[in-house]
Amino acid sequence: MFPTPIQKAPVLTRRAYTIALPIALFVWLLPLIAIFLTSIRPAMDINSGNVFGWPSDFLLIQNYTAVFEQSPAGKYILNSLKITIPTVILAVGLSCLTGYALAVYRFRWALPLFFVFVAGNFVPFQILMVPVRDLSVQTGLYDTVTGLVLFHTAFQTGFCTLFMRNFIRALPHELIEAARIEGVGEFKIFWHLVMPLVRPAIAALSVLIFTFIWNDFFWATVLLQGDHALPITAGVRALNGQFVSQWQLVSAASLLAALPPVAMFFLMQKHFIAGLTLGATKG
Amino acid sequence: MALASSGGSAAATQRSWFRKNRLAIAPWLFLAPGLIMFFIYVIAPIFQSLWISFYAWDGLNEKVWVGMQNYQELIDDDRFYTSLKNNVIWLVLYMLAVPLGLAIALFLNQTVTGIRLYKSLFFFPFVISQIVVGLIFTWFYNPDFGIVGVVWEFFGAEPPAILADERYVTYGIIFAGLWPQVAYCMILYLTGLNNVSPDQVEAGRLDGAKGWTMLRHVILPQLKPATFIAVVVTVIGALRSFDLIAIMTQGGPYGSSNVLAYYMFETALSEYGFRYGYGSAIAAVLFFIMLIYISYFLVRMYRDEKGGL
Repeated sequence: MFPTPIQKAPVLTRRAYTIALPIALFVWLLPLIAIFLTSIRPAMDINSGNVFGWPSDFLLIQNYTAVFEQSPAGKYILNSLKITIPTVILAVGLSCLTGYALAVYRFRWALPLFFVFVAGNFVPFQILMVPVRDLSVQTGLYDTVTGLVLFHTAFQTGFCTLFMRNFIRALPHELIEAARIEGVGEFKIFWHLVMPLVRPAIAALSVLIFTFIWNDFFWATVLLQGDHALPITAGVRALNGQFVSQWQLVSAASLLAALPPVAMFFLMQKHFIAGLTLGATKG
Repeated sequence: MALASSGGSAAATQRSWFRKNRLAIAPWLFLAPGLIMFFIYVIAPIFQSLWISFYAWDGLNEKVWVGMQNYQELIDDDRFYTSLKNNVIWLVLYMLAVPLGLAIALFLNQTVTGIRLYKSLFFFPFVISQIVVGLIFTWFYNPDFGIVGVVWEFFGAEPPAILADERYVTYGIIFAGLWPQVAYCMILYLTGLNNVSPDQVEAGRLDGAKGWTMLRHVILPQLKPATFIAVVVTVIGALRSFDLIAIMTQGGPYGSSNVLAYYMFETALSEYGFRYGYGSAIAAVLFFIMLIYISYFLVRMYRDEKGGL
């Protein structure tokens, strides 16, 4: 193990480490702590310059209810869910199919197509912006949740295929060969043999795509316009304009926007990290 | 045995013919839905954008072919150069996330009580939307009631208005962007450190390597896959920087914090009339910069595939 385990270090170093750890964490998370304290402050504190000190009163419930009462935050969160959940299901579903095709079958196009998915996944969004927006306008999907979901699904299929293909490729190929010799149909092999084995990959991708889509701001701005469809990220920006200098409310709204991915991360930590390493290290 | 095989050979040939075809057709059936979607929304638009960059188009009326005119305009566009320069600054400074992430990973790679929770909490910033990160830092940088104001006043200095000052604004935004990016690199390195072979570390210790020498000659070579991914995602993150700029400055003051990604958006969907053609030309430049990294990534991947992994 590197660095040397702290247990083997002199007592003094050990003490120093135990003290340094919480301090480092405190400094690292200072932005979040500050914004949380602000979100429960009375407006008076901010106006009187007490921004980083101890709040003069704790208005957790009042401030957070105020966000919902004075703005369409509830609607935004609902929209975020309407965009995120179908995208996760569709993108992960599609990539199970593509990943399986590219991992299991030895055909001439397998590697080139795989590289197309990988490369497409890395392109800057701006090179897609004008045609995708135009396509959405032409097909009447502009400013609809469906339009955004379709785009997100297609784009995320690139990353998901990269991940799924590598995951399925690491499975023992003999299993599939054996099933084929038994005369099991291709789709049955996929559904009954491979699908149960890729559950960890599905979990990893689901949490990751959930976070990516929940946090998306660019495409929501490009493909949506009205409050009826805007997700919380775009909503927070609108609120920032609406609650001018009401920092306690902006902070509360921001934390609400951050909460679902954070909860997701905490619940599915192991899968999340496996997904982030692009499946490169099987840790 | 010989009899049995001669009797069944006709059927076997037929069956193997089906099987061969089945194996040729099946992958395309599995691929079709994903591939079609990906083609419509990702592959085709890349070429369409390159094509549109030769037109003048406001998105409503007919496109007008202008040839290289959009690109000629780019050459004389100061705002384009500012954005390009800022993109380079982003690329260089964002790379700090890699060593910083490694440093934090080394700091946290211990087995003391509660370390798992520490690791998760250190990773927190990455999970949060960049919009929220941008808002937090906008507020921090506010000279009147942000933390920068408090710190500067503590030292008796006049606090700078970081986001309103052309000299500091890009650095201020990059600093905000580094926070989640360092967290990302940290988690990559923590996973990598987990997989470092204990035998080699022991062997290194026996050879008298410790500290820096150990890190350089024993640990870092083993962390290569993690470093590779950390560099790739950091480059992509730097070139994709959009959210932070949109929320913190919208490219201002006077376009001084613009980057290609935001400048393209701003031009194509400008409130003074859409300029799809010119925007696409900017996007094309960004795309070709990114293409360098994409090719590098693909070449590496190709070598790994051929190497059998």
